[in-house]
Amino acid sequence: MKGLKFTLTGILFGIVMSKSEAISWYRIQEMFRFQSFHMYGIIGTAVVLGVIAVYLIKKYNLRDYQGNPITFTPKEKSVPRYLFGGIIFGLGWALVGACPGPLFVNLGYAYWPILIAIFGGVAGTYLYGVLKDRLPH
Amino acid sequence: MLETLSQPWPWYVSGAVIALIMVIILFFGKSFGFSSNLRVICAACGAGKRVPFFDFNWKDQRWNLLFLVGAILGGWISSTFLSNGEAVQISQSTIQDIQALGFSAPQGMQPEELFGMESLFSFKTIALLLGGGLLIGFGSRHAGGCTSGHAISGLSNLQWPSLVAVIGFFIGGLIMTFLLFPLIF
Repeated sequence: MKGLKFTLTGILFGIVMSKSEAISWYRIQEMFRFQSFHMYGIIGTAVVLGVIAVYLIKKYNLRDYQGNPITFTPKEKSVPRYLFGGIIFGLGWALVGACPGPLFVNLGYAYWPILIAIFGGVAGTYLYGVLKDRLPH
Repeated sequence: MLETLSQPWPWYVSGAVIALIMVIILFFGKSFGFSSNLRVICAACGAGKRVPFFDFNWKDQRWNLLFLVGAILGGWISSTFLSNGEAVQISQSTIQDIQALGFSAPQGMQPEELFGMESLFSFKTIALLLGGGLLIGFGSRHAGGCTSGHAISGLSNLQWPSLVAVIGFFIGGLIMTFLLFPLIF
């Protein structure tokens, strides 16, 4: 089955986010209060290794498993959308203590009330789609 | 082995595995970004008929939904087979700060005050989870990505817009934690 590899990668993601407690509201609070290095260590390690990996992929023009070149789409250059959108996102991240990935990992943990936040996430996305053209980008 | 895996994993293991996941997805010819799934879910529910933003071929993003299903399964596997049931070991100062807001010290992965089943019977908690979710969904689409798309994929590709987004994430998180939490809790 072609899609199985994505599910397996997702399982790895769910396990690593759980086992490093990155899906925990407590860890997110600790991060925003600057009272532990833990979350900064996770994100920092991922970014440093990610920068090296992307550099090597570009330098050696590495290809994906089907032989197509690996391409990177540059982010559209602007400030307002990233700043305003980022702030709105951050408010929700700190409140719920989870970003979109961990919202779903927590579902696997059977924290059922998080379904309300997931529903909110879908509704918020829909709201953005409706208001998109009236927002600063 | 299982006993070692059941301990909380150190940050450097987690960070390395997250970078690996980003690279694996690149080698699958895709790009790591979780919040796109929320847009895909809207499109799959037929939102494209009314709102142009959701009028795209969401089936191209089927892989990301399969990743999402895996993320749920990964959480289930962790809680069922790889958990020693211990409380999250956060710092003493954080415990004091959240106790001052009315939360008890950690007893598991998540605070019962927000994610326990009693939350389903509290209007306030439902409103908080719904409102928080709305902010997450709206903000991640406005910013064009969430923690995975910007902080991991974007920063790894040295995209300054992603750095602006991450700074925004922190401004919002600090406002919520230090200004709004004392009013909410």
